[in-house]
Amino acid sequence: MKVYADNAATTKMSKTAIDAMLPYMENVFGNPSSLYSIGQAAAEAVYSARESIAKNLGCATNEIYFTSGGSEADNQAIRSAAEIGAKRNKKHIISTTFEHHAVLHTLKKLEKEGFEVTLLDVHENGIVTPEQVDEAIRPDTCLVTIMYANNEIGTIQPIKEIGAVCRAKKVTFHTDAVQAAGHLPINVQDENIDMLSLSAHKFHGPKGVGALYVRKGVYISNLIEGGAQERGKRGGTENVPGMMGTAAALEEAVANLEETNAKLVKLRDRLIEGLLEIPHSILNGDREKRLPGNVNICFEGIEGESLLLLLDAKGISASSGSACTSGSLDPSHVLLAIGRPHEIAHGSLRLSLSDENTEEQIEYIISEVPKVVEYLRNMSPVWRDLQEGKKNYVIQ
Amino acid sequence: MLYSEVVMDHFMNPRNVGTMDDADAVGEVGNAKCGDIMRIYLKINNDIIEDVKFETFGCGSAIASSSMATEMIKGKPLSDALNLTNKAVTEALDGLPAHKIHCSVLAEGAIKAAIKDYYDKNGIEYDKAMFKEVDHEHAH
Repeated sequence: MKVYADNAATTKMSKTAIDAMLPYMENVFGNPSSLYSIGQAAAEAVYSARESIAKNLGCATNEIYFTSGGSEADNQAIRSAAEIGAKRNKKHIISTTFEHHAVLHTLKKLEKEGFEVTLLDVHENGIVTPEQVDEAIRPDTCLVTIMYANNEIGTIQPIKEIGAVCRAKKVTFHTDAVQAAGHLPINVQDENIDMLSLSAHKFHGPKGVGALYVRKGVYISNLIEGGAQERGKRGGTENVPGMMGTAAALEEAVANLEETNAKLVKLRDRLIEGLLEIPHSILNGDREKRLPGNVNICFEGIEGESLLLLLDAKGISASSGSACTSGSLDPSHVLLAIGRPHEIAHGSLRLSLSDENTEEQIEYIISEVPKVVEYLRNMSPVWRDLQEGKKNYVIQ
Repeated sequence: MLYSEVVMDHFMNPRNVGTMDDADAVGEVGNAKCGDIMRIYLKINNDIIEDVKFETFGCGSAIASSSMATEMIKGKPLSDALNLTNKAVTEALDGLPAHKIHCSVLAEGAIKAAIKDYYDKNGIEYDKAMFKEVDHEHAH
């Protein structure tokens, strides 16, 4: 059986999104900046895509800027707030310890440029509170950037309440909603959001396309200089097919949100219940306030990369926060942020579902993962020491 | 593919995996914090490695490196095992990705640690320079 369970990494494009793109590759290939009809037809398409995305986020059409993806949107949002902050002598930024690296690495760079960054603790449940944000805001704070939902453990943050705190204190609030857009109901106005990043390929749209919502009146600057595209805020000929695919995918995802999520929550809960039957395993992130398709579990005594390779051999595509899969020495910064010790964080498994997954696939995962975990534990010196009582279990 | 066919074969079908109740020597390197630990058990008779077993907590290349290294020293004199280099293990595996070379270094280290354990237990004198501690941090 083939089971793709890594939808937080990327998703399969929907038929609707592909169909929305094709005419803009085959027939309406004009440059939106050209004045002849095939160019203007492309310009109209770009407008319609922007309008559709704005509608699905609850903002105005001219508050949407297309980017090359979530990372660029994050970079642009943070850089812009920092630039205006510096001019006003406000060089303090608030974020959390478990943001995506597109945010954390941008903040690291800003620190080198003289900014001060406060990273809020996300607790064992993987959720930051509005009170923490409130306490951390200083007179020189120019930006609060907190992700909508975490990409590894799926925990959903109290965005509306955090937004309200920022609004009251007149601090710009950005949220990286790459994992949330198309998966959770979002309304940027109701939720007091000033800037929001999204990425199309996380909701069955094309790769290499993202968008940044910027509330009217909030300053943004360019990362890419060039032409007048995106109202002068991002040079470069528009990725017209990509924009069309993004709009179609988001429209479809939002239209089916309730139905999809009702199904996903059922599959997710069954998967969590089934996998936690494995002894010495623990769920990462809050049990309730998590993305409908996210399961993230640590198994004591094993390492994640070998777990993934063996699952791949059984047709299951998943992800892990082990160091070996991150390409660095340290395991996932997210798992460390919620207090998992290194040796436990190495043994994590993330399964992220989409509405393409079936009950049969979930049962297949539940039957195969325990075998693989047991196999790896049987060759693990760490597990032997735990079993022989030479070390104490971290996960009871 | 991330790994060569040989690595995948040794990962999917590891040789000499397990423990040994009557081992003459045991060597262990690495730490769980960094994500890999290798433990090697040796049965030694007249300076010949009659049997070898390993247990590994780690990624695919760590398990494959342990498997290959144990195969390369099984039935060999201790002097041969002492000369086994991580380069030889890597070559036998038909290469490892650059960031996984440390796994072969750990395999070499685990074997050396086991032989040192044998010498220590049996009061055999040796040149300490032979066992420059395989420090896991340096192995990376």
